[in-house]
Amino acid sequence: MKRQFLRGFWKLTWLETKIFTREPMGFVATLVMPLLVFIVLGRAFGANKPVPTTGLDIPFNPAILAAILIAISAVQSLVAIISIYREGGILKRLRATPLSPITILGAHVVVKLCFTVISLALLLLAGRRLFPGVMHVNVFSFTAAVLLSTLSILSLGFIIASVVPTARFAQPVSAAVIYPMIALSGLFFPVDRLPRAFRGIALLLPTTHAVALLDGVWDGSGWGAHWVNAAALVVLFVAYTAVSTKVFRWE
Amino acid sequence: MNPVIAVSNLGKRYGHTVAVDDVSLEVLEGEIFGLIGPNGAGKTTTMECVEGNRVPDKGTISVLGLDPQRDANELRQRIGVQHQEAHLQKRIKVWEAVDLWQSLYTRAVDADALLTRLGLEAKRNAWFMTLSGGQKQRLFIALALIHEPEVVFLDELTTGLDPQARRAIWGLVTGIRERGTTVFLTTHLMEEAERLCDRVAIIEHGRLIEVGTPDELVQKHCPERTVVFTSDDASVAERMQAVGAVERDEGSEATYAIRGMGDEFVTDVINVIAREGIRVRGFHTEIPTLEDVFLKLTGHGIRD
Repeated sequence: MKRQFLRGFWKLTWLETKIFTREPMGFVATLVMPLLVFIVLGRAFGANKPVPTTGLDIPFNPAILAAILIAISAVQSLVAIISIYREGGILKRLRATPLSPITILGAHVVVKLCFTVISLALLLLAGRRLFPGVMHVNVFSFTAAVLLSTLSILSLGFIIASVVPTARFAQPVSAAVIYPMIALSGLFFPVDRLPRAFRGIALLLPTTHAVALLDGVWDGSGWGAHWVNAAALVVLFVAYTAVSTKVFRWE
Repeated sequence: MNPVIAVSNLGKRYGHTVAVDDVSLEVLEGEIFGLIGPNGAGKTTTMECVEGNRVPDKGTISVLGLDPQRDANELRQRIGVQHQEAHLQKRIKVWEAVDLWQSLYTRAVDADALLTRLGLEAKRNAWFMTLSGGQKQRLFIALALIHEPEVVFLDELTTGLDPQARRAIWGLVTGIRERGTTVFLTTHLMEEAERLCDRVAIIEHGRLIEVGTPDELVQKHCPERTVVFTSDDASVAERMQAVGAVERDEGSEATYAIRGMGDEFVTDVINVIAREGIRVRGFHTEIPTLEDVFLKLTGHGIRD
């Protein structure tokens, strides 16, 4: 099984990385857009206040929003790629080789996580330069939290990618899931203040736990205080991945 | 010769639509076997079940002695596949695709030699999206052959290609057989089947209606032969009556058509013309093709 998974895995991962960099729009959207949002919002709301999360004149933390956007763009990109691959018969062609299906998805996830790290690094670098004194977050801890969040949100992306009929539907369907998901995530107003039903839904969405974990890591209370959210991200990842393997279609 | 593929009583339905109904066939070692029929006849579904890429509802399949479902991993190492209307990543380079495929198999041929053989050496660094239809198909053939498979599956290989590219591909397919590889192909082009296939199976509405060599099928179902010739000799009609029914062509006074049966008929006509010393200005034969066989067996043309 392990040999089967690794057959072609690194080659495919490297290949998909190269192919991704050849697509200028996707490249820009992944690396530049979250950075731009962070800088613009940071400037507009005055992120140069020492601790943005507690400042009254800033309703939310631009860094967390940007981190969530990074994760979201990875999801959108994955959904788009998988649906294009399916519609074009690329998945079908790959499936007829000794490549295992999990290898194909795994390679794409690794590519997305790599670009998440690069994009996050750009974000933190920009933050250090533009808003000195604010970015005292532990870089490794924050990166790890973003990666875990991305992975968990990606697993929801697997389900979307599994059910969208054509590439043309991928964009609206993922938008229809993603925007409400961000609205309910607790980024803009606390989850506790949501109506009961919405709170239940919010707890089943990875973004909610991602925001809580990232907030915690940002303000220094760390993983220990938010282990429930971290665990929830892992559980949701496992659950959503399991669902997507059931509903996944190759053509 | 041993059968490398044995299919018996294969059945597959999608919802209420029966795609393949009780199909049984054998493909022999080293032959080019063609599954022919109109679009939607069940060719692709049958082929995909044999490759192991689709799960049949009924029947048994054996390929190289393996079960395509149970032994999928082993089988994939020994068969090569080309899909109808397949694509690769738009921006993958030709050499990258070949390189990836090479890494997936335990056995692989020299990639550069293969690309040269398929006329793709100048396109090594080209993105997939920039290739012409013929070049894409040649790349897919390269990918299907990269691991020296024992059986190659080619699904509608030349659909959408211009006649020149089609001919080039035909040459490549006969080359595959010459190297000892068994070829299982589908096509809705009767000319393609006639040129390439050692044996063909005609499929319609999911059912196999006839199997044999193209020649056998033509002889069996369409034994009629027609000889058309032009002569200024006014007494032709009565002098030729001994060999077959003579008809004068309405369009041209001097053109006659003689109809008869069997392979000997054309020779008989020539002998009579020679014996009677008839001066002939033009002469051609109309011999039925697989297209006529198809028309006769199904009651409609293949492109209806």
